[in-house]
Amino acid sequence: MAHQLLPDEFADLESFAPHWVLRTERERYAKRLASSMEQMQAFYDAAFPRARAAVNYLNQFELDNLPEQARNLLYLLFSLVMVSFPVEVWKQPHVPDAGAAYLDLVEEPGP
Amino acid sequence: MTLAQKPGAGSWTQAYPELGTGPVSYEDSISPEFFEAEREAIFRRCWLNLGRVEQVPRVGSYFTRELAVANTSIIVVRGQDRKIRAFHNLCRHRGNKLVWTDYPGVEERGTCQQFACKYHGWRYGLDGKLNFIQQEQEFFDVNKADYGLVEVNCDIWEGFIFVNLSKTPVQPLREFLGEMAWGIEGYPFHKFTQVFRYRAEVKANWKLFMDAFQEFYHAPVLHKKQSATPEAAQALYEMGYHGLWYQLFGPHRMVSSMGRYRAPADEEPVKPIDRLTRSGLFGPWDEPDLGMAELPRGLNPARSPMWGLDSFQFFPNFTILIWKPNWYLTYHYWPLSADSHLFEGTLYFVPPRNAAERLAQETAAVTFKEFALQDGNTLEATHTMLKSRVVDKFLLCDQEILCRHLHKAVQDWVSGYYGGEGLPAGRVWSRTAPSSQAR
Repeated sequence: MAHQLLPDEFADLESFAPHWVLRTERERYAKRLASSMEQMQAFYDAAFPRARAAVNYLNQFELDNLPEQARNLLYLLFSLVMVSFPVEVWKQPHVPDAGAAYLDLVEEPGP
Repeated sequence: MTLAQKPGAGSWTQAYPELGTGPVSYEDSISPEFFEAEREAIFRRCWLNLGRVEQVPRVGSYFTRELAVANTSIIVVRGQDRKIRAFHNLCRHRGNKLVWTDYPGVEERGTCQQFACKYHGWRYGLDGKLNFIQQEQEFFDVNKADYGLVEVNCDIWEGFIFVNLSKTPVQPLREFLGEMAWGIEGYPFHKFTQVFRYRAEVKANWKLFMDAFQEFYHAPVLHKKQSATPEAAQALYEMGYHGLWYQLFGPHRMVSSMGRYRAPADEEPVKPIDRLTRSGLFGPWDEPDLGMAELPRGLNPARSPMWGLDSFQFFPNFTILIWKPNWYLTYHYWPLSADSHLFEGTLYFVPPRNAAERLAQETAAVTFKEFALQDGNTLEATHTMLKSRVVDKFLLCDQEILCRHLHKAVQDWVSGYYGGEGLPAGRVWSRTAPSSQAR
């Protein structure tokens, strides 16, 4: 593989990485709204069972000194959280009853 | 089951007879004339929170805030003497906005040694003094000492930066904030430096969003679909909402509520992502250690073992909500017009020590947004129908006492001001009164 985004231990999730390793909440939220439920369900089904192992892997590093691939893995977990409401609760990408309302995250902490 | 002990008067509302119990009008939320009166009587006279001291950590750190409600823009900056000051964001030469980049309406933040106007190069120190005039010899008898930036009253309470746009504030900050604030002094706000700041323009009057977040009577209904299971939703719905404690403090008010006072047991129904990340709407399940022997006396006033959160609404537009699992959030509601406002929700956490703690915060932040979007959208629906004026009186229940109080406090300030007195006179505002009267 030319450029591997995730650590070797999580190569099974690599195919999702180009789509779901996103650095900002704004990108993750936009990706969620632009995705079909099938796409999000597939990502969720693959990533959720691996999430605990991923957290354990990441916990071996200092948070503000994550290697690049580890940081990507954390971004992937942030995306898992982002799709969790559509997949687990709403059954649709949008928040129901939210219409055109928006809420921008204008300042967010690093990974 | 008795969920909360109401006061001796029989209800929270009747403990404050001046509130009454009758239907209320929301004319104060749809009238453009009343909005103009609020600008003068409230937003130009009250202490307004613009942020926290952590936003200006170093000498020369600054940020700007657009205060449309007062038709101005403010610079908050830390000076050479480390003192935090506030100035109108206005060059004294010909009135250009001093600090802005590509778009004059976009707020700025950064660090600098001085402020230079991009129009003709006039320069001001961090203390607001005019230090340099381009081609000064071309001007006529200018004394630079007379042309510093226009300073705004600025004071700090518990690390929160407040400004007051009146020349002489009616009360000093701490006196204005009063007993409600004193009760939470000592809470270690400074330890929560991990910040998520949300913002949205909402097409509803600012007081309607304050109302939405100062009653939880709506929670089991509007947010029903967010429960982990239909059974959990139904149980909450049938129980309804019962606040642990309500208290009014002058124009300020608070509600204390049950909530997640411990991590859910294994058998309890929670969303899979919440279980995985040990977090959710009420915040991370694993509380950081704040190093506090006991909570400030103003928190959990009912001393309930099921206490989950306290929400303190500071007049006019600032809320601090402290959660049992050791984090807090703030709301600001900045009016733009009678029909719209800028909403800001800011979440504050203790910095995470590892990826697990960071992920728990992410879940809390994402969940906050899911709820807030539902709340925000409902407001637009409410505002448009209030504007129809088809009905002019609406019912408020005992769990909505704080909504009743906000509108009364706002109307008292307006009628007090236009009655020619410095402080609220307690008279009821009438729809036709304020617009033409002299100040």
